[in-house]
Amino acid sequence: MRIENLAVNKNGFAFDPTSGETFTLNETAKEIIEDLARGVEEKEIAKKLSEEYDVTQEEALNDVLDFKEKLKLYGLLP
Amino acid sequence: MAIKTYEKPTIIKVESSHSKAGVPMPKQKIRKKIGGVAIDEMVERFGSPLFIFDEKAIREKYRSAYEAFSSRYPNVQFGWSYKTNYLKAVCAVFHQEGAIAEVVSEFEYEKARELGIEGKDIIYNGPYKPYDSLVTAAKEGAKIHIDTFDEINDLEKVADELGSEIPVAIRLNMDTGIYPQWSRFGFNIESGQAMDAVKRIKAGGKLRLTGLHAHIGTFMLDANAYKVETTKMVRLMNEVEEKVGFTIEYIDVGGGFASKNHLRGIYQPPEVVVPTIDDYAEAITSALYENIRGNSYPKLYLETGRHLIDEAGYLVTSVVASKTLPDSRRSYIVDAGVNLLYTYFWYKFNIELTREISGISEPAMINGPLCMNIDVIDESILLPRLRRGDKLVISPVGAYNITQWMQFIRYRPRVLMVTEDGNVELIREREELSDIENREILPEKLKLK
Repeated sequence: MRIENLAVNKNGFAFDPTSGETFTLNETAKEIIEDLARGVEEKEIAKKLSEEYDVTQEEALNDVLDFKEKLKLYGLLP
Repeated sequence: MAIKTYEKPTIIKVESSHSKAGVPMPKQKIRKKIGGVAIDEMVERFGSPLFIFDEKAIREKYRSAYEAFSSRYPNVQFGWSYKTNYLKAVCAVFHQEGAIAEVVSEFEYEKARELGIEGKDIIYNGPYKPYDSLVTAAKEGAKIHIDTFDEINDLEKVADELGSEIPVAIRLNMDTGIYPQWSRFGFNIESGQAMDAVKRIKAGGKLRLTGLHAHIGTFMLDANAYKVETTKMVRLMNEVEEKVGFTIEYIDVGGGFASKNHLRGIYQPPEVVVPTIDDYAEAITSALYENIRGNSYPKLYLETGRHLIDEAGYLVTSVVASKTLPDSRRSYIVDAGVNLLYTYFWYKFNIELTREISGISEPAMINGPLCMNIDVIDESILLPRLRRGDKLVISPVGAYNITQWMQFIRYRPRVLMVTEDGNVELIREREELSDIENREILPEKLKLK
């Protein structure tokens, strides 16, 4: 998974050393990437988000799935 | 641990083609109120989607347009173009301000009469006026604007039937230097067809020509075209009075003034390309003064529609879902579609949020709820990540959408008017099944058991 190699700085700027591509991302995206890279399950990520932020677990799970779709389109997930 | 404000996860690839994407939006377009009333509260009370009209904005626009003309040429009368928006409440505001009615069908004629407008205060235009409607209009003293030689024949028959002469106007078309030239309404000036029509009316002896009318186009970005139009009309008036002996009481220059909407294919914003009402007024009134030969100054009629109502109308719609598309763009599905936004086909609308939303911007498209691929309200817009229920305010949508909207797939929504004193009035109820089915007839043998 290329997300494991993604270098993310504290300002939300990410660099993919494999492709040389750069990305910007927000705090929520950063957290999900870190969790996905550690192999955390989608449902568990959603649960964590709902505990930390004002979002329901259902909405957070949809967002995690949608976000994974985006990562795939960018070639960051298989 | 305190609960933090949620921002939906967003990642944007840095690409030169989307150079503005992926950064916090420097300036979000926010509209929280219409006519002083909170949009969120109106949606809470009346549901979504909602068309909302701002009465104060309508009146102010009308007054400034009237002032632009009457300060230059005192003998002026506006006719409210029903086809632009014939909601009763909207028409009533214009009539209260002093506009008469300009209608283009027997349906619109009936609508104006039902609202309480007298026949003498109705301009009856249009390429097809059914015979019975001509009888009614003639009896009631409406200003009938003849479009064809066939209509001259019809009206002469009506004059026989009523046993009286009917005052009429003729519609004209001409080259005003704009493309495309509108040539399908009325009689052409340059070819001599218009003068032929005048002579034909004179020879019949049953109609009396009292007015000249033209409508040169729509969303006219060149005020000078109106100067050309008015010049040609006044010269024809002079010729008619001298050679045929009719007295022309009024000149109706039609409508077509642009609103501050963004035409697709035009790069510059409307603030740059759209002439002001003073530009139009100066073009028309200067042509009157320069070309009128006698001492009598005909009444000037205007049928301005879009310019007066477009910017006073908003459509509020809510996000019902979102997804990532295969090209990595975000698609927002909202609860109002292009069946409600006929003018989508030539406008790129102004789209605003009702609250500030933190987060980085993302390229998105806005899709309506219709199960049709064409239901795209905006193909490419930068937006922060919206949540379900977030609202978008689409404008200007006051002109033509309410009259050309379609009942297609979904019911048409409620329409509100925020009044001058800040009250919210429901001016059209949302449709329900019976509205659509009560004109249908199911043959007995097809009834399902």
